[in-house]
Amino acid sequence: MSDRGLRQRVGAALWRRPWLRGVLTLSPPLLWFLVIYLASLVVMLVTAFFTVNSLTGNVVYQWTWSNFSQILTQSVYGSIILRTLLMAIAVTITDILLALPFAFFLAKVVSRRWRQLLLGLLLMPLWASYLAKVYAWINILSNKGVLPGIESKLGIPPTHIAYTNIAMWIVFSYLWLPFMIVPIYGAFERVPDSLLEASSDLGAGSWITFRWVLLPMVLPGIVAGSIFTFSLTLGDFITPLLIGGSNSDFIGNAIYDSALNGGNLPFAAALAFVSIAIMAIYLLLARFAGAFEAL
Amino acid sequence: MLRGVSKHFGDHAAVREVDLDIARGEFFTMLGPSGSGKTTLLRLIAGFEVPDAGSISLRGVDVTNRPPYQRGVNTVFQDYALFPHFTVAGNVAYGLRVRKVARSERESRVRAALEMVRMTEFADRKPAQLSGGQRQRVALARAIVNEPEVLLLDEPLGALDLKLRQEMQVELKRIQRQIGITFIYVTHDQEEALTMSDRLAVFRDGQIEQIGHPVDVYEQPATEFVAGFVGTSNVITTQHGRAVLRPEKVELSTGSVAADREGAAGHVADVAYLGMVTRYTVQLDDGRLITAVQQNRSTDGEHGRFAPGDVVTASWNVADAFPLKTMSATEIQ
Repeated sequence: MSDRGLRQRVGAALWRRPWLRGVLTLSPPLLWFLVIYLASLVVMLVTAFFTVNSLTGNVVYQWTWSNFSQILTQSVYGSIILRTLLMAIAVTITDILLALPFAFFLAKVVSRRWRQLLLGLLLMPLWASYLAKVYAWINILSNKGVLPGIESKLGIPPTHIAYTNIAMWIVFSYLWLPFMIVPIYGAFERVPDSLLEASSDLGAGSWITFRWVLLPMVLPGIVAGSIFTFSLTLGDFITPLLIGGSNSDFIGNAIYDSALNGGNLPFAAALAFVSIAIMAIYLLLARFAGAFEAL
Repeated sequence: MLRGVSKHFGDHAAVREVDLDIARGEFFTMLGPSGSGKTTLLRLIAGFEVPDAGSISLRGVDVTNRPPYQRGVNTVFQDYALFPHFTVAGNVAYGLRVRKVARSERESRVRAALEMVRMTEFADRKPAQLSGGQRQRVALARAIVNEPEVLLLDEPLGALDLKLRQEMQVELKRIQRQIGITFIYVTHDQEEALTMSDRLAVFRDGQIEQIGHPVDVYEQPATEFVAGFVGTSNVITTQHGRAVLRPEKVELSTGSVAADREGAAGHVADVAYLGMVTRYTVQLDDGRLITAVQQNRSTDGEHGRFAPGDVVTASWNVADAFPLKTMSATEIQ
């Protein structure tokens, strides 16, 4: 049989069976996803139920809840988890409040030419290294930095926010803001102008139009953005290290300590499990709030 | 109602010094090709745009600088502009909720409005679950539930197919008669304008070419533009100057021109069978082209009476050729 005849027969067989085409197209990424991603997650979760022999440093392959009970009972871990969670919530809310007017202005107010320019400017910080941006903030906030300089020029008492949780909150909100603006901008853009005119025509002022028409329609965009800001904050350990000073450890820092300094991989896995659980609960809540109905 | 209203977008004059009076309870249509300024004028009346010059008043009250919701007008949008996250009833109730109308009154008015447009059974659906014609009805109910003095309709039937459009034309007229408010209707469809309007204005380049009753505008077009835009027409030269001759007034025969009629000989250049009528294009011997429309009165294929190439005589009543006035201002420019 000629090569051409075989090719045609394979092509025809695929044409008759659309599901086969789907399987063949998806299987390489699916295989990658299963082996690299899901399998390593399962390994990590299983590891969380083992312990480490404190003398030899070897992993003891014996099922136990001791890692989890340690996390739940030792107050240091409780406060680390609470700090991480509250920070993720605070950063998310801050970014929503900052992004809404930004995105509305971009999508509905400026002309097309300005919109492209402003979107470019908005995304530009993403080209810069994360570390460069964090160090820039150290320069702004630290005692000999830009902010105290301005404060002393204006005669305001120095605020000393470097190396505090407030500094972390500011830096996180700055870092993740584009991830919130872009999906909300997309959601605003999908709202036809005629809906705003109709609302005004029916007697609504700006606030009612925002509350009754715009906000419900951009909610999926807000949830999409909040998934970014929430999970990025939840998993971060560099900003707490560089900006947060003492008493600012995140779950990520605790994982880092126990995995690399303590050599206790099972305990690190158990801590990572906490992050995943928080994120899963967050997604479920968003789902119950009806945020994915428009998808 | 409107005095010297103008609106420019950049260098482009969308509406140029329009004067217009619309009577209470009238079905008034603004007809014109796209870009003729009719939609802009509607948006000026609605309050979505502010005129550069001139004034707009409603029942003797100057509303030129008032926002849309302080004018006593409501708009039915071309794309319906229904709120996708509200149900049909929620959409209709929107204006009443905004104005804080009490719940019981709100519910009864919403019910009445939905009954008016025959959408009661769809009250709990979302707009996405409705067909184009149904959305159109909801948009109408959402506007009239507020009992505006004037209802503005921006090509409301533009997105519907022919059959549905004709149904909705009848519906709109019924509703307008029933609630007795002024309708200002924008369309580029001349048939729609002729069918529905009490009066209509033909727009061109931001100005009004002619205002009048549909019969007057059709039978006695003021300018060549109106003659060409409202229906099809032949423009012929008579001893009194140029005149408009509607195709259905031209008769084709094989004999000579009768004494009391005007006409000329020629041959059939093209035949188009349109179902109800057949349209002939006749090349007259003097070089002019004339269009004639003959009704297909019998079922025996009478439309085949003339075929391309046949020698025919086209004739018409002298009185049917309506003389055009002097050229319109826009033509002089």
